[in-house]
Amino acid sequence: MGKPNDYDDIPGTTVFDAQRSRQGYHLNMFCMSLMKAENRAAFLANERAYLDRYPMTEEQKQAVLDRDWNRMIRLGGNIYFLAKLFFTDGKSFQYVAAIMTGSSQEQYAQMMLNGGRPVKGNRYKREWENRKAKRPGAARG
Amino acid sequence: MARIIGGVTTSHVPAIGAALDNGKSGEPYWKKVFDGYERSKEWIRKAKPDVIVLVYNDHACAFSLEVIPTFALGCAAEFPIADEGWGPRPVPKVVGHPELAAHIAQSVILEEFDLTIVNKMDVDHGLTVPLSLMFGQPKEWPCRVIPLAVNVVVYPPPTARRCYKLGRALRKAIRSYDEDLRVMVFGTGGMSHQVQGPRAGLINSKYDRHFLDLMTREPKALTRITHLELLRETGSEGIELVMWLIMRGALDDRVREVHRFYHVPASNTAVGHLILENVK
Repeated sequence: MGKPNDYDDIPGTTVFDAQRSRQGYHLNMFCMSLMKAENRAAFLANERAYLDRYPMTEEQKQAVLDRDWNRMIRLGGNIYFLAKLFFTDGKSFQYVAAIMTGSSQEQYAQMMLNGGRPVKGNRYKREWENRKAKRPGAARG
Repeated sequence: MARIIGGVTTSHVPAIGAALDNGKSGEPYWKKVFDGYERSKEWIRKAKPDVIVLVYNDHACAFSLEVIPTFALGCAAEFPIADEGWGPRPVPKVVGHPELAAHIAQSVILEEFDLTIVNKMDVDHGLTVPLSLMFGQPKEWPCRVIPLAVNVVVYPPPTARRCYKLGRALRKAIRSYDEDLRVMVFGTGGMSHQVQGPRAGLINSKYDRHFLDLMTREPKALTRITHLELLRETGSEGIELVMWLIMRGALDDRVREVHRFYHVPASNTAVGHLILENVK
């Protein structure tokens, strides 16, 4: 690991830098293969067998099978590559964003209609930690 | 000589394209977005551009993780529509302008911007949604398009200052092209949005509106914005806003704001849109 980055203190955010693009290379290249209809069909017919064509880690493969989006991001996935996977599932950016924030689809859609997640209180990790200390379990929203 | 007749900035949210393609543009949620572009459609119909230099970012469609160019200029005669995972958008193919593109590449590289020249490239929603917003659903796009793809997927993108300076070089290149062409520059992406992680859904309207003001009045102030500020204040995908500075650099210092539209939300995103013209 190199030195810490200035963006590491932004809460709930993973910046897809060159190091992460190395970590997630095969995961992201798998996602990109889903830009072809025949590959989408092969993947959906047997997800495990299709994933085994790529030299991804077992953890990355399991995250794909589980559609665990935050975990895919932690393991080097990038949202624009992951989009090929959720588009293959017939899902949207908003659908996946709601899941990643731990909200229901209705709660998330309503938050966006109300003007989105405010920036106040969401700039620094310490703001989320303070909130967690005050209201246990409330830090994710 | 070729001349730059105007600049447009707009968000390029994929769900806007999907709404149009699936006949949902009249639904109340989407009508609020499309209504903001009615004046724009009329403006561009009258302005009759011959060519648009369209600054956008590829969303992991033309460029994988194998090769990641910071600035890539589309020099091909045609650009097919990318299949992003649900089939290509049902929009006309994009017709390029290889002669002007080659001229721009040569001029801009000699101005010390190391562009990547691309002769084969599919284009995704980042390029086609702005065309749909400005032209609706024609059988053919009414003008040629030169794609200028900027890396904002793998951090770090080029700085705001670098983008503005590229716009200056682009302006010089276009104005030295020896054919009577009416050229527009589009800067797309933004405004505040984050589509990943537990902070997804972030919107910063106050920041966005100030950014719109400065785009018109004081663009050089925007060149001092850091990536860290954009990430923190406008969300991890709000950093796309650096691309607007390329368009702004291609215009004169003094411009007239013809039209402005700002709306929240379109899916996860704040939609921001400007039409600027040089003051004669």
